[in-house]
Amino acid sequence: MVAVYERSYQNATKVTRKANPFGFDPIFAALSKAAAITVLVLLAGIMASMIYGGWPAFREFGLGFLTGTQWDTMNDRYGGLPAIIGTLSTALIAMMIGVPLSLGTAIYLTQLAPAWFKRPVGTAVELLAAVPSIIYGMWGLFVFVPLFAAYFQVPVSQVVEGMPILGTILYARSPSGLGILSAGIILAFMIVPFIASLTRDMLDQIPTVLRESAYGIGCTTWEVVRHVLLPQAGVSIVGAIMLGLGRALGETMAVTFVIGNANRLSASIMDPGSTIASRIASEFNEALGMQMNALIGLGCVLFFVTFVVLVIARILVSRVKQY
Amino acid sequence: MSDTTATAGLQGQVKWGRVRQSRRVSDKVLRVFATASTMVAVFVLFWILGMLIWKGGQGISLDLFTKITPGPGTAGGGLLNAIVGSIVLTFLGIAIATPIGVMAGTYLAEYGKGSRLADLVRFINDILLSAPSILIGLFVYVILVMPFRGYSGWAGSVALAIIALPVIVRTTEDMLRLVPNSLREAGAALGAPTSVVIRQISWRAAKAGIVTGILLALARIAGETAPLLFTALNNSFWFNWNLTGGISNLPVTIYAFASAPYDNWQQLAWAGALLITGAILALSIGARSLLNRK
Repeated sequence: MVAVYERSYQNATKVTRKANPFGFDPIFAALSKAAAITVLVLLAGIMASMIYGGWPAFREFGLGFLTGTQWDTMNDRYGGLPAIIGTLSTALIAMMIGVPLSLGTAIYLTQLAPAWFKRPVGTAVELLAAVPSIIYGMWGLFVFVPLFAAYFQVPVSQVVEGMPILGTILYARSPSGLGILSAGIILAFMIVPFIASLTRDMLDQIPTVLRESAYGIGCTTWEVVRHVLLPQAGVSIVGAIMLGLGRALGETMAVTFVIGNANRLSASIMDPGSTIASRIASEFNEALGMQMNALIGLGCVLFFVTFVVLVIARILVSRVKQY
Repeated sequence: MSDTTATAGLQGQVKWGRVRQSRRVSDKVLRVFATASTMVAVFVLFWILGMLIWKGGQGISLDLFTKITPGPGTAGGGLLNAIVGSIVLTFLGIAIATPIGVMAGTYLAEYGKGSRLADLVRFINDILLSAPSILIGLFVYVILVMPFRGYSGWAGSVALAIIALPVIVRTTEDMLRLVPNSLREAGAALGAPTSVVIRQISWRAAKAGIVTGILLALARIAGETAPLLFTALNNSFWFNWNLTGGISNLPVTIYAFASAPYDNWQQLAWAGALLITGAILALSIGARSLLNRK
């Protein structure tokens, strides 16, 4: 009797195992792990392909690839300095204009806006971040650049002409409106909604109690921002700003439209220039041989610069205080 | 009379000390500056939208949707091939990115709690999220265009998929994390193994959020131009379903037509820009309202 029971029990387990509809479990786990690893493989692949594609240029020109100012397709001599400086200077201009604007917007959205007004304005700012960069480029080229040339470049050039330092930095030889400064300004408009909505989310995470107690002892809005909000969220706001910087460094289409794509180095920010991304976008399809390797090499430089910026940014953002 | 009140006011200020005045000024400056910068941002949005509607609206006609892109110097024409090509590339990109992205997000939220691998993947995914899209175009060029010697629709949609992937991973993980653990425990208590709990409980509970993520990814890649420049390229012929050649698509067409010397090309570029921006903004608003409805 006992033996029969035991047998049937054993059979039962066997049967359930056989009919186990859940044998899928380990496969599912492995699939999801594989998908997660795909993300790592992609980044490693991007890094490897940039190094692989740019290697002939690095080997040929050595350090001169970073410091050379000639971009000579006739003689196949390539130096990336104008593009690297263009990338850094447009990003710097964008940060100088964009960061105060985006912090102001974030403060308005979290502290000053009346409750019914927060949602629509917040949505508008987020939509601005969703507008594709080619649209910014068209707007920049056809609307902003002519206005900029007529009402800023021409008068400023007349004023600063002959001045010691300003006369070099701000003087436009041909006031077409295209140039490093216009690209920087368009970039600033592009990163404002991005940094502003990130910063707003961070400021929203600060407990209302902290803010209200500061207001309660008679602090003004400025004092609340300066002494309560900034110390609480400062590090992660710097992270958000660096994320914006990463975006400004790699932005392509908008910059390609308005920077003028000049290959020479100019001391004036009113003159046309180029960034790494705009150089790649405008030349890559016609590039052959060493020129293509040089362009991928520039891409490799861009990759490592943005990679470092983004790593720092993410570390700072993740240090947001938990309550 | 007015003189005396003015002096009284001045004396009042002096009596209250400089501190109070400076506090008042700094507060005022902050308020004015913050309001002004918000106005600038909102103003730019309406300026861009207004310009698109004004310039692009003139180009909206039946021809836009029924005729293919015109050759140089040819009158008329539409954007039919570019519109179809863009839709195919974008949806193919999403179709590639969605399964991988949802599974990777599931791994991060459900399996990888506290594991080193999950932390690393999360970090790298966040970096990929903001990696310059032109570099992704270069990457796909090196791995797919160079070896096969030709631009292709496949390469274009793979490039778009790589851009969409991190968005989907991130939102899927965030949304799955919002699912209360008690739901999972209830499923496990009924004897369901992990994969069933995930599929029947976690995914169902987070469905709206995951769909939002996919819509946002769609909005993100619909207007991407830079990665398509060296992968899908463009052509001015009728769209062919054979995805092994260059494929016409809206962003690259806009880029090529916007600064062209032909009036009808420029008009088409504006109309295309209006279409693409309208679609993207509608997708973003749709995704947001889907999330808020829950």
